[in-house]
Amino acid sequence: MIRYIGKRLIFMIPLLFGITIVCFGVMHLAPGSPTDLETQMNPRASAEYRERLNAMYDLDKPLHEQYLIWVGKLAVLDLGKSFSPDRRPVAQKILERLPITILINVLSMILILVIAIPIGILSAVHQDSLFDKVAGVFVFIGFAIPTFWLALLLMIFFGIDLGWLPISGIRSLNYEYLPPGMAFLDLIQHLIMPVMLSAFGGLAGLSRYMRSNMLEVIRQDYIMTARAKGLSERAVIYKHALRNALLPVITILGLSVPGLIGGSVIFETIFAIPGMGQLFYMSVMARDYPVVMGILFIGAVLTLLGNLIADVSYALADPRIRVS
Amino acid sequence: MRTDFWKRFSKNKIALAGSCVVILLFIISILAPWIAPYDPNDINLTMVLSAPSAKHLCGTDQLGRDVLSRMIWGARISLKVGFVATGIAILIGAILGALAGYYGKWVDAVIMRFVDIMLCFPTFFLILAVIALLEPSIWNIMIIIGLTGWMGVTRLVRADFTSLKERDFVLAAKAIGAGDLRIIFIHILPNAMASVLVAATLGVAGAILTESALSFLGIGVQPPTPSWGNILTAGKDNIDIAWWLSLYPGLAILITVLGYNLLGEGIRDSLDPRLR
Repeated sequence: MIRYIGKRLIFMIPLLFGITIVCFGVMHLAPGSPTDLETQMNPRASAEYRERLNAMYDLDKPLHEQYLIWVGKLAVLDLGKSFSPDRRPVAQKILERLPITILINVLSMILILVIAIPIGILSAVHQDSLFDKVAGVFVFIGFAIPTFWLALLLMIFFGIDLGWLPISGIRSLNYEYLPPGMAFLDLIQHLIMPVMLSAFGGLAGLSRYMRSNMLEVIRQDYIMTARAKGLSERAVIYKHALRNALLPVITILGLSVPGLIGGSVIFETIFAIPGMGQLFYMSVMARDYPVVMGILFIGAVLTLLGNLIADVSYALADPRIRVS
Repeated sequence: MRTDFWKRFSKNKIALAGSCVVILLFIISILAPWIAPYDPNDINLTMVLSAPSAKHLCGTDQLGRDVLSRMIWGARISLKVGFVATGIAILIGAILGALAGYYGKWVDAVIMRFVDIMLCFPTFFLILAVIALLEPSIWNIMIIIGLTGWMGVTRLVRADFTSLKERDFVLAAKAIGAGDLRIIFIHILPNAMASVLVAATLGVAGAILTESALSFLGIGVQPPTPSWGNILTAGKDNIDIAWWLSLYPGLAILITVLGYNLLGEGIRDSLDPRLR
């Protein structure tokens, strides 16, 4: 097993290397210079000031040297300093916002699993039943619905018309005065809509995937064997078929990481949640290059980690993978 | 093969429903100047944020512009973005996939590693990062969505090429002295078009969704050009007073994307009923 994990880790190295090149390339090959915003917007910026800025960000050196400097700093987790007036280290800015983003994504992933898997199983076991057809329609709509629009509708309905749920932030204004229990409840209330919406996009995909897996497994010979030896339908489906149909779901979960992280930009912006996605959006609007590049890099690394965890879990669950 | 396809396609309810929506959208987009009841940019400050009525079927926005007219013109924008962005993605994906599948070995290794790397980036992050560097304009949006959406197509085309290149007709073409480029583009690629067509149809839907999300965030199609996404931005700003600004444009996006998805599924089922 350790050998398998080692192999996966070695496989990640060229990918990580490629990720740094793409991040760096996006930043430096695009027209315009990162210092444009500071110099063009500022009438007092002289040519000399611009040169000093360029030197400060190493922009006066040749590209390959700049890349090496950047990667060298990256290796010790130094993502540089933000362009915003606070000049704080990018790594620090990202780290303080990462936990809430990860919390929401993990919660929505759990929600996706808990809802999508039973839907997929039932649809497959009762293929072409009314339930299967309704689930099918739901899947099509789930694929097509713009989640930010759904967010608006839910905000109007639950937040404004009914007034049940708060529509922005993760805390109420009087948060500090609430007793601990109430404060926790307050956090949960704020998280309900973002988590539900962020899960919604993944639901359709996973339930459809689970359905087709299950359909495929049910047709296998060993299921016929299980039935032939007189096992109850329950045992056949939930013991023999389900375990095998669940395996590939692990991979899909790993693959859904980039989508979830990418989606956090939209949710966090709509619901004013102070997470990494909102920071990314604000940095894009302010052209804060070091932060944009830092989050782009972190986002890709999180995806890579998600895939690694998925691969390792798969190997734990299925011994055949470890051998081949 | 082709007649079979049309026979199955015309019997497939999903495909027909999808085609109806797509054709209707085309007609609306082409006829926009004639069927829109008002000029989409006609500001009327005496009618600001008025609810849907007989005069303004979908109400008016914060500048008193007719929402229905803006949505009809918005259909044009989303169609344009959907097709151009997908076209770019398909072009890149088909060429890279063809090269990787046909030549194999190191060409394949390099291209597919690049695909792996690109797939590590949350697409929406990548798009936003590039937009941070460029001016948000409709052309930049199309190009960026296209440049970040080709990876799936590359994988599909590569898979088709790896199996097709072993077939006898390729050997025959080689035997009569056809060059690599000729074999790739004239002989093999047309045979790989089926999966590309499905991916393209679904890609248009994806591109329209992405454009609307970007415009909603204010970094896509810029006002005063009407787009479904930027009408929704106004909806969010006036969320407590003007529900119609939030409801109708989103419904338009939903129906459009649903239409393309259904069409894509329908084409897939009709091309090969066993693929279901």
